[in-house]
Amino acid sequence: MRILYTDVLVIGGGLAGLRAAVGARRRGHDVIILSLVPAKRSHSAAAQGGMQASLGNTAKGEGDNEDVHFEDTVRGSDWGCDQAVARLFVHAAPQAVRELAAWGVPWNRVRAGEREVVMDGRRVTLSERPEAHGLIAARDFGGTKKWRTCYVSDGTGHAMLYAVSDKAVAEGIPVHERMEAIALIHEGGRCHGAVVRNLVTGELVAYVAKATCIATGGFGRIYRVTSNAVINEGIGAAIALETGAACLGNMEAVQFHPTTIFPAGILVTEGCRGDGGLLKDAAGHRFMPDYEPEKKELASRDVVSRRMEEHIRAGHGVKSRFGEHLWLDITLLGAAHIDGRLREVKEICHHFLGIDPARDFIPVRPAQHYSMGGIRTDARGEAHGLAGLFACGEAACWDLHGFNRLGGNSVAETVVAGMIVGENIADFVESPAGELQVSTALVREFLAAEQAKLDTLLQGNGSESATDIRRRMQDIMTDKVGIFRRGDLLTEAVDELQALLQCSRRIGVATRRPGSNPELVAAYRVQKMLKLALCVAYGALQRTESRGAHYREDHPRRDDANWLKRTLAGWSDPFQTLPSLAYEALDVRHMELPPGWRGYGARDAIEHPATAPRAAEIAAIREAFGHADRAIVQQALMPYEHLVPLCFRGHNARLGDAW
Amino acid sequence: MSTDTPRQLTLRILRSSPGEGIAPHWQDFHVEEAEGMTLFIALNEIRDTLDPSLQFDFVCRAGICGSCGMLIDGRPGLACRSLTRDFGPLITLAPLPVFALIGDLSVDTGSWMRGTAERLETWIHSRAEADLMAVEAPMAPELAEAIYELDRCIECGCCVAGCGTLRMREDFVGAVGLNKIARFRLDPRDERSDEDYYELIGDDNGVFGCMSLLGCHDVCPKGLPLQTQIAFLRRRMVAVGLK
Ligand SMILES: Cc1cc2nc3c(=O)[nH]c(=O)nc-3n(C[C@H](O)[C@H](O)[C@H](O)COP(=O)(O)OP(=O)(O)OC[C@H]3O[C@@H](n4cnc5c(N)ncnc54)[C@H](O)[C@@H]3O)c2cc1C
Ligand code: SF4
Ligand code: SF4
Ligand code: FES
Repeated sequence: MRILYTDVLVIGGGLAGLRAAVGARRRGHDVIILSLVPAKRSHSAAAQGGMQASLGNTAKGEGDNEDVHFEDTVRGSDWGCDQAVARLFVHAAPQAVRELAAWGVPWNRVRAGEREVVMDGRRVTLSERPEAHGLIAARDFGGTKKWRTCYVSDGTGHAMLYAVSDKAVAEGIPVHERMEAIALIHEGGRCHGAVVRNLVTGELVAYVAKATCIATGGFGRIYRVTSNAVINEGIGAAIALETGAACLGNMEAVQFHPTTIFPAGILVTEGCRGDGGLLKDAAGHRFMPDYEPEKKELASRDVVSRRMEEHIRAGHGVKSRFGEHLWLDITLLGAAHIDGRLREVKEICHHFLGIDPARDFIPVRPAQHYSMGGIRTDARGEAHGLAGLFACGEAACWDLHGFNRLGGNSVAETVVAGMIVGENIADFVESPAGELQVSTALVREFLAAEQAKLDTLLQGNGSESATDIRRRMQDIMTDKVGIFRRGDLLTEAVDELQALLQCSRRIGVATRRPGSNPELVAAYRVQKMLKLALCVAYGALQRTESRGAHYREDHPRRDDANWLKRTLAGWSDPFQTLPSLAYEALDVRHMELPPGWRGYGARDAIEHPATAPRAAEIAAIREAFGHADRAIVQQALMPYEHLVPLCFRGHNARLGDAW
Repeated sequence: MSTDTPRQLTLRILRSSPGEGIAPHWQDFHVEEAEGMTLFIALNEIRDTLDPSLQFDFVCRAGICGSCGMLIDGRPGLACRSLTRDFGPLITLAPLPVFALIGDLSVDTGSWMRGTAERLETWIHSRAEADLMAVEAPMAPELAEAIYELDRCIECGCCVAGCGTLRMREDFVGAVGLNKIARFRLDPRDERSDEDYYELIGDDNGVFGCMSLLGCHDVCPKGLPLQTQIAFLRRRMVAVGLK
């Protein structure tokens, strides 16, 4: 049995993990990154549309700043997010974009002068300021007041991931590829690293570290129809859950993206609509303005996805042999725009649908896309209940997104969280708490326990098929825990998933070879994925309200009076078949932006008793400060600066600043 | 494709398991074609229903991540975005050559590409630390777009597998490596000079090893302008060599 020692173990080589690793490395610590695949193949590469940061360089972004980005993010979250984290995030996002620019990301740049764009179905001429020429440009995205989404054509995630990945190479950080963390080593509320399986040789290795950071991305593959990569199975979140010490936050908050190609579920970016594309039904009618007169196609994703499904239910879907869908029309943007700014979309349409989006409509339907929930951490990125364990990126829930994340806020979150959590990890490692105190006996115990589980699968007399169980789980999730949720269906889902979890303890693996063995991998992963599925389904069943992406047909109103709280799911006994749920209240009395109407979607929320007093208090503070600088007013409303690592404090300069 | 009688496809796959000492051999699998079937769908169907031990690599299944390069009827390509309807009823699949074989259709492109990154130092070399609070340095919009054009490489290795030089000279940087140099050379944020690049690729393992047969250009799934970039780099490097 092999044991490797390092200061910092980062599990995950996507944008979040890589950026956190670079931060810790630059502070002088040894870092090892683990990844299922070469780092540059992580799913961050698939992000197309862009990254939000309030640079305010473009004509439609003028006047943008942290305050506007903050409000958009909180409204987007349907008041489910942690507002202090949202503040921290909007503050650091401009720095993250600028850092990436210095590291080589070829951000699209502003071209001074007049240009034609498509807005709301019409061609409009915009005039860009001469002084902004060559600065980082931005496009429009859903749920935002300003054009704020910085982009590199529609290969934003690719360009970002390559830049950060190459930076990690420059810093000499090793990435151990095809290595899968399958358990965390921990004792007495302290995490000491992970048990890791080599996917090529099958060997188990213990990585012992002062600090461990999980950055394993989302878990979309618990659903049948998803835009996520096939490796997005949530094993990182699951092993945190399985410690029984850490917990998962808001797992029922699952985002469905409006435009994935039908039926394959491959994403075409929100940039299609941001740049002026329209949604149409079987009759060729543009239906979104009927439902959402203000934001139309550019309401937040949860709202647009629901409206689309509602429209299909009303009989307006396009019928095909695979089922019904709607159309995304980007023909009005013109071939030149598509060739320059939407080329991945063009390639996807060409290869998977055999169509040219400059001439043909794209068949689309919503599909699972993003996991707002994840490993619950504090604003420093440290997990609840397990010292020395950190998490960042889509795998984490420090809670920037609440119940709905805005497009472009996720890749932004990965690098921002990486910057911040990387510093906090370094602080931890340098503190007395970061001292490595672990016995090899404990490590061996964990290794042996994992080996025993694998041996049971390989040599036991189980007869259930992992593939079948997996397919049933995915069907249940897509059919019963999807966009529209209902108590009776959720109850069925929870019962069926529990039965499947029992079944999964009797899986048999026919391929006995010890090394690379996809069948064995499927077997141990589905056991973990079922636990995540149960957290989602059971959390959704208990939450008898509708908030953001969590929509209950039997409880259609947002209920701030009873549900302004975060779900925490734990799994302390390996033999339990349901997660233990607890709740963490969001305190209205400290919010900078108390709950209200989002500016789109429903207006019938049930008010929290503290909302009106807090709103009055805020009005009084604003009044008292008169025309003081916005940063000073903000500070009085909800201080957050203590959360910002020293190196990232200060004022983000913008064009035309008075500073 | 006629919809009432789906084709019966044979996928002839070159199987192997070096870890267990199982040498390469062909094995046929039969699947019924479905509408819109890609090799990603077909291979998963085989693994789910016929042989759970079959090894292959997919991640994004959308032609974006570069994981699924393989020889499809002898030609390097991305399996995930190859539609079966574009092929005959017998499709042969083999792992990409040059890269270390893991098993069946799975090869280790990752270590190879990491090696390339370390050797060619494929990152921005800049002495100045950027001030993250300040307004960013401007860049001409056209230049940013031109850099992105070369930045689109997904390190799939298809060009490497299609390259004659690489079969003979294993230290050759390949079209992927040359393209990366072209990308950083174009980027003014990288302060390296042509002399610096000459150190990296000014020999037979670099740009002078390339025989310009363009096996790479034709197979690049991202349609990168490899031909023009390699020719251009060669001229620049010849110029440095003559100095
Ligand atoms: C198709 C698509 C398009 C998107 N477009 C946008 C967009 O335009 N804008 C935006 O803001 N967001 C977008 N998103 C969301 C965003 O891309 C992701 O949320 C984000 O990139 C996740 O980054 P990450 O670093 O957290 O995880 P990932 O990039 O998914 O990386 C996870 C890493 O963890 C590793 N890993 C996983 N499990 C293990 C394990 N058990 N052991 C070891 N390693 C492990 C993987 O190998 C990988 O390296 C998009 C998402 C999708 C699916
Ligand atoms: S042109 Fe050069 S790099 Fe491309 S395949 Fe031929 S020898 Fe290889
Ligand atoms: S240059 Fe083209 S073929 Fe070669 S690795 Fe890059 S994307 Fe693949
Ligand atoms: S699986 Fe990503 S390119 Fe084929």
